[in-house]
Parts: sequence; structure tokens; C-alpha cells
Amino acid sequence: MNIALHLAWRNLWRHPRRTWLTIGAMVFSNIILVFMLSLQFGMYAMMIDNTLAVFTGHMQVQVPGYKDDMKMRQSIPDAAALGATLRESLAIDTIAVRASTFALASSEERSFGIQIIGVQPEQESGVSTLPGLLREGSYLADPNASEVVIGSVLARNMRVSVGDELTLLGNGRDGSFAAAVVNVVGIIDSGMPDLDRSIAQMPLAVFQDVFFMGNHANEIVIKTADLSLVAETKQKVEGLLPANADLVVHDWDALQPGLKQAIQADLASAWFMYGVLIILVAFSVLNTMLMSVLERTREFGIVMALGLKPGRLGRLIMLETTLMGGMGLALGVLFGGGLVLVLGVNGFSYPGMEEMAEQFNMPSRIYPHLQLIPLLLGPGIVFISSLLASIWPAARLHLLQPVQAMRAA
Amino acid sequence: MMRSMVIVSRLAWRNLWRNHRRTMIMLTAVSIGVWAMIFMTALMRGMVNEMIRDTVRNLPGHVQIHHSEYRDDPSVVNSIPQPTGELLAALESPEVVAWASRVRVPAVISSERESRSVTLLGIDPARESTISFVADDIAEGRFLDDGADNGVIIGRKLADTLDTELGKRVVIMSQDPDNEIADRGFRVVGVFDAKTQQLEESFIFTGIKTSQKLLKIGDRVHEVAIIGPDFRNVAPMYKNIAAATGPGFSVLPWNELDSYIGTMLGVMDGFVLVWIVVVFLALSFGLVNTLVMAVFERVREIGLMLALGMKPIMILGQIIVESLLLLLIGLAIGNALAWLSVVPLQGGIDVSIVAEGMEMFGASAVLYPELLIADVIMANVIVILLGFVASLSPAWRASRYQPIEAITKV
Repeated sequence: MNIALHLAWRNLWRHPRRTWLTIGAMVFSNIILVFMLSLQFGMYAMMIDNTLAVFTGHMQVQVPGYKDDMKMRQSIPDAAALGATLRESLAIDTIAVRASTFALASSEERSFGIQIIGVQPEQESGVSTLPGLLREGSYLADPNASEVVIGSVLARNMRVSVGDELTLLGNGRDGSFAAAVVNVVGIIDSGMPDLDRSIAQMPLAVFQDVFFMGNHANEIVIKTADLSLVAETKQKVEGLLPANADLVVHDWDALQPGLKQAIQADLASAWFMYGVLIILVAFSVLNTMLMSVLERTREFGIVMALGLKPGRLGRLIMLETTLMGGMGLALGVLFGGGLVLVLGVNGFSYPGMEEMAEQFNMPSRIYPHLQLIPLLLGPGIVFISSLLASIWPAARLHLLQPVQAMRAA
Repeated sequence: MMRSMVIVSRLAWRNLWRNHRRTMIMLTAVSIGVWAMIFMTALMRGMVNEMIRDTVRNLPGHVQIHHSEYRDDPSVVNSIPQPTGELLAALESPEVVAWASRVRVPAVISSERESRSVTLLGIDPARESTISFVADDIAEGRFLDDGADNGVIIGRKLADTLDTELGKRVVIMSQDPDNEIADRGFRVVGVFDAKTQQLEESFIFTGIKTSQKLLKIGDRVHEVAIIGPDFRNVAPMYKNIAAATGPGFSVLPWNELDSYIGTMLGVMDGFVLVWIVVVFLALSFGLVNTLVMAVFERVREIGLMLALGMKPIMILGQIIVESLLLLLIGLAIGNALAWLSVVPLQGGIDVSIVAEGMEMFGASAVLYPELLIADVIMANVIVILLGFVASLSPAWRASRYQPIEAITKV
């Protein structure tokens, strides 16, 4: 064994209690960091996936301005054909065309203002989970039938069930009066009250007919196989759009700007807290290493008088910190990772989490997964800041005068 | 007894400064920890309280009365009579700061170009202006004059999407209790700005009498919103009002009307406690370490004092007092730092870069830190109590030394 390593290791165990306490501070912070970061990364991924899977998709082709105003006449001409072209050229099946407007829907007993969406029945299930969340009846099947599926809360409020009729009153694309009678064929129960209160879908072709849309629609929804493919696919889609058409591609971040920002806001406040923990650990290390240097002043004086360079002693101190930090890192990763594994099986929840989770469309009990970045990021930073904290005690050695040091009390 | 206390304290104080570097490092750590405890707590409290204030102002009030079916089925038929008799007396009692009744139905608003589904609120302007946001936030035009005002006030975002503006006409469609379509033209007399786009898109306001005539519901209403003196303590007012309403009504406080916001308040209390304890635990390793070292370098001296007849309890007390002195100074500095950093931020911290994200949390784009006395006291008490517990072990060990062994220890 290398002599410096040998010395450092032995020095570390001159005060086992002190060393263990310092390692304990590291392990404590590391466990918290590993646990919290795993939880957060898991929640963020879930937040993004769950929110986008319901309806938004990964990107949408729209007319500029539609995203903010959602006006019916901000429409894409010949949309179904463009959708088919994209499906073919990108070799992605999960592409669907939608149109949307607001109308007054009346049943025999009740009237509500709702947003009606025209969908391509055979494509919609590829980009949205809603067609699979049917509680009663069936999803739209015939693209030319005057049928509608509605959310469960809406159905209850309107006092309708499968088989009943709804009358729709609204404006066509040209501003003229539009009306239609449609049959309720299915009731969707997504478990999200806001959605179940507002969802209403009918076949695109019928929608275009009723609201005088011609072959226009408002959005082409694209879902890629994985979130990481979005940027690449977006570029391809942009290249495939007709050159003279005034169209834009919005990725999920543009469609749901709140999502990324909520994550950023959460991360920012979390990092403030982690920063405090890391700084406190660094102070603990600083204290330990400074004490360890001070109590060895005479010893250092002697070895320096014997010809050892202060730089070599400084490296010894850094090596001691590295050993200590390495143990803190290893134990922190071990225990933190273990905790995450246990919770990954048993799940994790806290009082009030159900209500919070609903806000972000998430299950009320979460099962964190062990991932490399959250596992190593926190402990890595703790390790590096421990090394930084011991620079001062190590650098002090350069100021040491051997003779005075040997005489130190 | 008094004298020995004085001696113990003086010894502890002097010992604290024998190794001033170590004490200063530990002091810095304690100060940073205490500052972080209080500062972070103030930020979180500020955020949640602002959320609650906004939510309460954005229509719910502190307590609401509805028809018992209305919350599940917000239809025009689930209406209630205007408060009378016992209920009116309860509403006029001094513990109620303000109340207003409203007509509230789903509707469709159409301009020449666009239609949107909205919630139509028929309000009594004089009462409404005391309890919700609309009157203060009129950006263009005017607020409603009285309950018979037949103009409509819409949000800025809605005006944009409808391509309409002040002075233009819009059509509002809803249904009357017989399920006949009730519609009429309204002139836009005011446009309001709200903190969130969702509010600007979802609500439109007209006079309560105008809406009752449109919907053919006589003088019935759908909602009574009540404001008390403090949103933290609505229970007494809630109980009185609940007792004064008959069967067929549902009376709910704000934290049940909006369970997300209601839970946030509880979650925040838990969070504050966990955060303070976690920071303290991170500190405690350094604290115990400092004490262990302090005892270790003084083993011979402690042995000598024991040999000369000092009682072990005095040694124990001396170490604990030393630790508490350190914590007290750290607490003083930490509290002062927290106060100094919160005061300049009273005007609010602008986090509008993540405004839409904060909206998802239900929070606004400006954070106002709030230093609550209760939180500050809790942080200080926890640090002192746990600090005392943490110093017990090193102090106990110091007082258990055998004098002879200790004196001869190299």
C-alpha cells in the first residue's frame, strides 16, 4: 500500500468518533438527497407523461395563434390529407387530426356550454388515453355517424345516458348559425373531474359538416414513441409541411408551458434546501479537518523539519478528506439507494398527497425508481464540496514554520 | 446553588472561546442553518397564504351556501331562496364581515366571430365589490352600477378570444328551469384583469336582477358567499351559519370547497416542521463533534477538577451550558439574518419567469415572504430542545471519567 494512503487512513482513525460523526453528517445528507431527487425525478417524468398522454400529445401542427386563442377559423386546410401524409412520411401511426369549437349542448332537461372536439375515431386512440377510459357504451366507430361521447360528470349534469340525444347549438366557421342532433354512444370516466365535466367528442367528418368547416381542422396531434424523440421528430415534421402553408409545429413544452415551469419552480426551491444541507455538511468537514490539522501542528513541524514539503502534507490532508468523503458517498448511495428500492416496492405517500397529486394528474401513491443521476448527483456534490471545504485547512500548512510548529503547545 | 450556576456558566463561556476557530466555524454553521430554516419557512408560508387569499377572493369567500345538489350538478334548477329570517340574522351578525348572494349558471357567450362556454354570475355590485376581485380589477370600462344593470363584464382573455371589446354586443345563452333556451344580447360594459388566465376565461358578470329575469327564476339565487375576519379561523362563523340554514342546503368552508388549497395549508404545516428538524439534524453532527472534541482536549483538566472535588453533575452542566451558549448565539445571529433578508423582500419576489408553472400549483407569480412569529418560535424551540438532547451524550461521558485515569491520560 502506498505510504501516503496508509498514513491518511491511520490518521483518520485516530479519532474514530469524530470521523464517524463527520461521515454520519455526509451519509445523512446523502440519504435525503438520493431519496428526494429520486422522488422528484420520478414525479416529474410521471407528471409529463400523464399530462401529455391524456390529450395533448407530444406535438401539434397548428395555424399560428391557435394555441392561445383557439378560434375555430384558425384552421388547417385539407387537414386529414396532411395528417395522412405525415403518418406515411414519418412512419408514425400515432397521428390524429382534431377540430374544436364551443357550443351549447342541450339534453331534454339541461343545457350546458361545452367544448366539442371533432376527432378521427380510428386514429384518436393512438394519441390519447381517453378513448380507452370508457365507462359505458362504446367509443366512436363510424366516422360518418352523428354520434358523441361525453365525460361522466357532464353526462350526470346533463341527465343523459347512452342512447340519449343531445342538441348542439353554435356558430359555424363562417359565423353562421350551426345546429345538430347527435346520439350519445359512450361515456368517458377519466377520474379527473375537470376533464369529465368538459369532454365531448364527435367524428371529425360530422363535425366539419355541422360547423361548416369543409376539409379544415384545427390541430394535428403527433405522439412519438418516446419523449426524447420529440425534437428530432419536430424538425422532420417542419420539413414535411407544405411550403406555402402558414403552419407551425408546437412541441409539448409550448402547448403546456405550465408543466416545465412547475417543474423548474419545484426544482429551484428544492435546490435551495439541498444547498443548505450541503453547506452544513461542508462546515462539518471543515471543522473536522481544521481540528485534525491544528492538533497535529507539532507533528507536522517535525516532519517538515525532516524535509517534507508543505505541499505533500497538504495532499495528505486532501487524501484524508477524500477517504472520508468516499466512505460518506458509498454509504450514502448504499442506504439512500436501499431506501428508494424499498419504497419502490411499497410505495410512498404523505398526508395531503392525494389532493396535490390530483392537481398534476398523478396517482396518489408513488413508487420511485432507482436511476443513476438522482442516485449519484447529490452524493457527488456533497463529496466535491467536502473536498472544497478542506482546501483551507490544507493550505494553512504552507504558512507553517517548522521551528515554531514544533514548539506549539 | 446560585454560585455554582455562575461558576459553571463562566467556565462554559471561557471554554467556548479557547478554540475560537472551531467555535466560529460551528457558529457560522448554526447561523446559516437557522437562517435557512426561517427564511425558507417564510417563503413557503408566503406562497401558500397568498394562494389561499387569492382563492378566497376569486369567488369562494370563506364559507358558501348552496342548494345541496348544486355542487354536484351546477344547474339553474338547483337554486335557493334569498336569505331570510334566521339565516339573514346569522349573516348580519357581527362575526360576518361581508356576504353576497349570486346567480351562478353555466352559459355560452358568443360574439359575431366566436363562442365560448363560461360561468355566468349574476351579482349585486354593491355587495360583491366587498368580497371578490372583480370590482378592483376592472381594467377598461366600468363595474356594474346595480343589480338591474344589463351590461356584462368579461375577462381580458375572453375579450381577446371572442374578438370583442368594450361597447360591443355579445349574446349569452343558457337555460331556464323548464329547459327552454334563455338568451339575450348584452353590451360589454367592462373588461377585468385577473391574476390567472383561467379566471379571465371562465367568468362573466352581469346584474343579479337582469340574470334572474333572463333565467326566469324570480328572486332565487344559486350561491351565497360569506367573508369572515380571518380565513384561518372560519369554524365558529361556519357553525353558526350552518345551524341557521335548514335542510336542503349545503354549507361549506373554503378548505372543503377547494380541497387542494385546503390540504396545502396542512401539508405546509407538516413541511415546516420536517424542514426545521432536517436542518437541525444536519447541524447536530457538527455540534456533537465539536463537543466531543472539546471534551477530548480537556480530559486531563476535567480529571483534575473531579479529583479536586467538583461534582460530576457540574461537569455535565458545564458541557451542556457550553453547547447551549453556542446555539443561543447562533440562533440570535440566524434570527437576525432571517429578519434582515425577509424585510427587503416584503415587496414581493418576482418569479414571473415560471408564472404558468406557479399557476399550475395554484400560486401567483409574485412571492411575498411571511415571517410568522409562531414559526420563528418553533424553530428556536426545536433547536434549543434538540440541541440539549444532542449534547447529553458527550456531556455525560465527560462527567463519568475516573479522575486518576483522566489525569494520567496522555
